[in-house]
Amino acid sequence: MSIKNNRLTPEQYAENFSDIHPPFDSYTAALVDANRCLFCYDAPCTKSCPTGINVPKFIKQITTENIKGSAHTILSSNIMGASCSKVCPVEKLCEGACVYNFVEHEAVIPIAKLQRYSTEIAMKNNWQLFDRKPSNGKKVAVIGAGPAGLSCAHVLSREGIDVTVYEKEAKGGGLMTYGIAAYKVTPGFCEEEVDYILGIGGIEIKYKQELGKDIQLADLQKQYDAVYLAIGVGLARQLEIPGEHLEGVEDAISFIYNLRSNDYSKIPVGDKVAVIGMGMTAIDAATQAKRLGAKEVTMLYRRTEAEKPCTDVELDIAKLDGCQVIWLAAPKEIKGDGKVNEIVCSVMKLGEPDASGRRSPVDTGETFSLAVDMVIKAAGQMPFEELIKSSGIDNKGGKVTVSDKAVSSVAGVFAGGDCVNGGKEVVDAVQAGKDGAAAIIKHLGL
Amino acid sequence: MADISSNFLGIKSPNPFWLASAPPTDKKINVVRAFEAGWGGVVWKTLGSQVKNVSSRYSAVNFNGGRVMGFNNIELISDRPLEINLREITEVVKMFPDRAMIVSLMADNNREAWHELIKKCEDAGAMGFELNFGCPHGMTERGMGAAVGQDPEIAGMVVEWVMEKATIPVITKLTPNVHSPVPTGIKCVQAGSNALSLINTIQSVTGINLDTLVPNPYVAGKSVFGGYCGPAVKPIALKMLTTISQDPVTSKVPISGIGGVSTWKDAVEFMLLGASNVQVCTAAMKHGFRIVEDMCEGLNNWMDEKGYKKLDDFIGKSVEKITHWEDLDINYHHIANINQDKCIHCGLCYIACEDTSHQSINLEFGKPYNKYTIKEEECVGCNLCQLMCPVDDCITMVEHRVAPDYVNWKMWQAEGRPLNDH
Repeated sequence: MSIKNNRLTPEQYAENFSDIHPPFDSYTAALVDANRCLFCYDAPCTKSCPTGINVPKFIKQITTENIKGSAHTILSSNIMGASCSKVCPVEKLCEGACVYNFVEHEAVIPIAKLQRYSTEIAMKNNWQLFDRKPSNGKKVAVIGAGPAGLSCAHVLSREGIDVTVYEKEAKGGGLMTYGIAAYKVTPGFCEEEVDYILGIGGIEIKYKQELGKDIQLADLQKQYDAVYLAIGVGLARQLEIPGEHLEGVEDAISFIYNLRSNDYSKIPVGDKVAVIGMGMTAIDAATQAKRLGAKEVTMLYRRTEAEKPCTDVELDIAKLDGCQVIWLAAPKEIKGDGKVNEIVCSVMKLGEPDASGRRSPVDTGETFSLAVDMVIKAAGQMPFEELIKSSGIDNKGGKVTVSDKAVSSVAGVFAGGDCVNGGKEVVDAVQAGKDGAAAIIKHLGL
Repeated sequence: MADISSNFLGIKSPNPFWLASAPPTDKKINVVRAFEAGWGGVVWKTLGSQVKNVSSRYSAVNFNGGRVMGFNNIELISDRPLEINLREITEVVKMFPDRAMIVSLMADNNREAWHELIKKCEDAGAMGFELNFGCPHGMTERGMGAAVGQDPEIAGMVVEWVMEKATIPVITKLTPNVHSPVPTGIKCVQAGSNALSLINTIQSVTGINLDTLVPNPYVAGKSVFGGYCGPAVKPIALKMLTTISQDPVTSKVPISGIGGVSTWKDAVEFMLLGASNVQVCTAAMKHGFRIVEDMCEGLNNWMDEKGYKKLDDFIGKSVEKITHWEDLDINYHHIANINQDKCIHCGLCYIACEDTSHQSINLEFGKPYNKYTIKEEECVGCNLCQLMCPVDDCITMVEHRVAPDYVNWKMWQAEGRPLNDH
């Protein structure tokens, strides 16, 4: 048992990380599904989309070969509509609400695939579908070039505001670029999307600029008419168990970050990997560990399948990749001789519902252990608590407290996305960016 | 098993499905394939004086992703030498003596030309003629085809010429490019035509290429009006057929129904409105001759289920059910009902009624699913909502007669009863 890299051939890496949901290969193929859409009135899919994309309209526009109009319909509600079409958990959003769910013999409309069809054509042709108003001299700083930040910047730029985005990484896209399974979106695609969004003009991104280190909030407040905080979450929650700092124990965020920033062959992975947690990030870590060449991947979750945070579709991906799942297993101790070689888990049972409404796991006193050489922790993420607290902004455990969807307790400072909500979907962050822009535009009296 | 054999003016065929005069019946090779596939008869593609065709010749109308809802052609009558056609007709009749062999004719515009053509075709073994008074392109400029069919007097005159010579049954094929096919139909029957057939193709422009701006079909940068046919024209064909079935003169002769017949159900509909048999072209061009298998089986099964032993048992049964508007019962009323268990909350009924009809559907907002119910006091019973609903039997029309007695518009007016309330 050992952790090593370069386990597969270049062809195997390419295959394992290729598009998990291939796009339509022709207009006719898209047309067949687009024509099945009923064009619902006050459509449930639209009402279930956090950004409120007019789904029936954009699908109808595909049927009339008005692809430019279709892309405009999508992107005017969600400027990251292209990547959302690849990463959204559509089975619990638009497609989960499709009225065909009530019709036994009909499959739901593949809304995401159709959305991908239009937006990819728009990006490929670099159709700039929005006009920027003449510059009005107002300047806004956006901190974070992730979905919330870019979405906010785009709306502000359209209004003629000059936007400077400060990003601590070397690339834009945030979670899209650094935190999602590579078989959903490639880094190359993320870069194209950022370029496409910047194509409107009036937005400058300054990379390698980290808040609290390279730049200070107080300085930005002086230099700009408003500041939008879109710094996300990024700290992995600790397990607080013995052995957590042994060699071979890694958090999922940095595991995926490395995977997204480097060549796959350079990423070390164990023979026998345990992944702790059952959220989307846990799934992404487990499936990708398997796709990097791990022989056995076991997911451990303290509750049962009924309480899992990931969707059925995500869990199926992990299962189809050959990942094992052990329910009602809570990590108790990680053992090893310098390097990890065993994880001991408590066997749990379900007790009373907790604050989240889910039944809490209760330790039965029994334990079991697994021989492992790598442990990936995906037990949740935490906001940048120190950073926020030191800025003097009202917060709850590091999550920025806002009124009117985006207004922080400090005048001229606005916030949105994961740093406010603690971590939701990309599409929620895009909507937060729109809300933030609206609040800033109101604040600036435009 | 029902008997689906047909006897049209003494011309017998094992089933009532004939291939219409068109490309599929232009050559021995096609017709032999058709008869081997099971078609009851053919109307051999129109014979006449020599012609020259262009390309392209066809264009189509697609709808909602489905192909060839409507079809259009600018092809002329048979462009093969008459002698070859006649020889092949003779050969096919010998091979398949039990099938109907009708020959479509369009002679030059004089008595002698018709007489000569009729003689040659009878000698070749034709069992009947169909006079092409409908071809809407190419021939009209020379005073033939639709130019004849659009003028009852000329049509009657040509039929008279034909009847002077013909010793086998004569069917006259009517053009739909008129307000009503009945005047020409009447003249042709009065001139002695033994039967009528309809409809020929309808003049049309199927669409334009938005890059070249040239309409379809494309011929070296130009186009012309073509003849429209296929499923899209069926409703028009059925209406014209009905007028011929209802008229006291034209209803005296058998009718061969044509116009968008694609399935056994279409055929039954044509026959219920008075056609003794049907002719098919576009559906065969789209799918090949094999479609006749299902047409025969479907018709047979339907007749068995309904207890009809032979075709005559149901031919024309629906003609009397089409009446005049002023004879409709005003006291009949029905109101839509939405079955909430079947409703999928698409809102199509609501928006259709709200935007374009009588605002009779109530919306109860929900996230993400709205609830839709009928405002019974507002519903006029137009059944637009039922037509728009994508779910079978979700919206039904429930009878709510205004009064038990039959009252029509004429009676209503005569009694001076109130107007302008539904």
